[in-house]
Amino acid sequence: MSTTTENLAPAVPYVPAAESIGAVLAPGERPPRPSALSASITFGWRAMLKIKHVPEQLFDVTAFPIMMTLMFTYLFGGALAGSTGAYLQYLLPGIMVMSVVMTTMYTGIAVNTDIAKGVFDRFRSLAIWRPAALVGNLLGDLLRYILASTTIIIVGLIMGFRPAGGVLGVLAGVALLVVFSFAFSWIWTMFGLFLRSEKSVMGVSMLFQFPLTFLSNVFVEPTTMPGWLQVFVDVNPITHLVSGVRGLMAGTWDTGELTWVLTSCIIMTAVFGTLTMRLYNRK
Amino acid sequence: MTHDESTPAIETSGLVKTFGSTRAVDGLDLTVPAGSVYGVLGPNGAGKTTAVRMLATLLRPDAGQAHVFGLDVVRQADAVRGLVSLTGQYASVDEDMTGAENLVLLGRLLGYRKPAARARSAQLLEAFGLTDAADRQVKNYSGGMRRRLDIAASILNTPRLLFLDEPTTGLDPRSRNQVWDIVRAVVAHGTTVLLTTQYLDEADHLAARIAVIDAGRVIAEGTPGELKSSVGAGTVHLRLRDAGQRPEAERVLARVLNSPVQLGADPVSLAARVTGQGTEREMDRGAAEQAARALSELAAAGIVVDDFSLGQPSLDEVFLALTGPAKSEAAA
Repeated sequence: MSTTTENLAPAVPYVPAAESIGAVLAPGERPPRPSALSASITFGWRAMLKIKHVPEQLFDVTAFPIMMTLMFTYLFGGALAGSTGAYLQYLLPGIMVMSVVMTTMYTGIAVNTDIAKGVFDRFRSLAIWRPAALVGNLLGDLLRYILASTTIIIVGLIMGFRPAGGVLGVLAGVALLVVFSFAFSWIWTMFGLFLRSEKSVMGVSMLFQFPLTFLSNVFVEPTTMPGWLQVFVDVNPITHLVSGVRGLMAGTWDTGELTWVLTSCIIMTAVFGTLTMRLYNRK
Repeated sequence: MTHDESTPAIETSGLVKTFGSTRAVDGLDLTVPAGSVYGVLGPNGAGKTTAVRMLATLLRPDAGQAHVFGLDVVRQADAVRGLVSLTGQYASVDEDMTGAENLVLLGRLLGYRKPAARARSAQLLEAFGLTDAADRQVKNYSGGMRRRLDIAASILNTPRLLFLDEPTTGLDPRSRNQVWDIVRAVVAHGTTVLLTTQYLDEADHLAARIAVIDAGRVIAEGTPGELKSSVGAGTVHLRLRDAGQRPEAERVLARVLNSPVQLGADPVSLAARVTGQGTEREMDRGAAEQAARALSELAAAGIVVDDFSLGQPSLDEVFLALTGPAKSEAAA
């Protein structure tokens, strides 16, 4: 992508022709308004195109998770579980949750950047299903979540992660994580709509995500923590998500945790999805 | 279609939008006839963009009414969106995507199937001279190309009303002329264009009618000619052979034309407003006669005049006269 403006300039300057512009404006048949699904998928396609043109943005869903997995396994493994191999069996589902949940904030940053650039004005002045632009962005993010999860699973398998749940258990675990992340990213979409800059979106999401992910059962069993901290860890949705994913990957379907996680997904989507749409329409 | 030809493209009354303690738009009354370019002229911060965003359903008015082709912009927002298109002050295209991808995306969002969206995109790129750049990312486009793509994106849905918010700000003269030609072509086809600008010659060149707005209100409205004649008939500009004769020339002009004389930076130049009375036609004749009288008085006083011109007042003069000297700084 090293093309410059100079060599794009045509040799013959453009002269607008009234006929060709008139032909474009000729009242052809207006197509019917696209369905909500079709409009959302079109925005999802846009998100894919943006990944295609700016592939560097995939660093945070590939390089970052690899780093996290390597770092925490070898840093804490010996101290916490006696060996890195034993710790990896406990840590991997947790570190996968942590990495993917951390990338959900990029949804908010993407929305904020779009607004700053004025391209959202065009989308908002179209007669389409209003949430489509946001839902489409989230659809594009699903790909990122799947990519990050896959990267970690592969790195884990190479390092010696042996999930008892087999392929089906691992897939079910990833699916649960992706569903949760989709619901969770509405929070950042909402912040992306009302915060002033992408820096502030990043700041706010870090402020929430660090305690949410670290003060959970990602790294250690909550039973080793002081009582007051256990109280928080037990209500932290990340803890329930990690338990759910761990269970699925270990082949033990914990229906209670799964119900808890899926219910919280519905609540987050309902609450933050609604708030987001109100902000979007008022903007 | 739910409107007839006599329905104005835009009709607002008492439109208000406040941001905190600032009344960005403060009781805007506007009637824009269909089928022509309507210029909204004002300095930065006059409320032009806010007004346009309310009319394009992007902002909710705090008070007042606004109708686009008879449809209420708040209660019938979705129907309005089907008739209008907006080219914002900041390019509303996606920089990371190619020109063709931008147009295909919009085509799909307007309900075209993929092949039809592709065909429409190719047709637009051709009409706007962007075929060669179709597959390059927009961030590599020049300012003029980006602006053209932006306008192409805005007419993809064959809007009946096109909002162009400062379409030539920051463009070089050639790109500006291209945009002007595009606007003329769009209007020739019957689309109404609401053009906001801070450039007076732009409004003068393109607009059939102009509203001058300042501090969120319309302070003058009419054809460019009407606005100019509301200020005065014109200005005489003189260049003398001998700079030493300028004080004398100044006295003569002030006496004959009965208006203040401006001395140019060049020590041999001076100018004076010719104030006419009555209708536009009589005024023009009167202005020429007064100027001729001034010339003969100068000759009688033995002052040698090398160059002389009588010009219509520019919209700059109109604007400054209407907004006063305090506001003129903001307009610069």
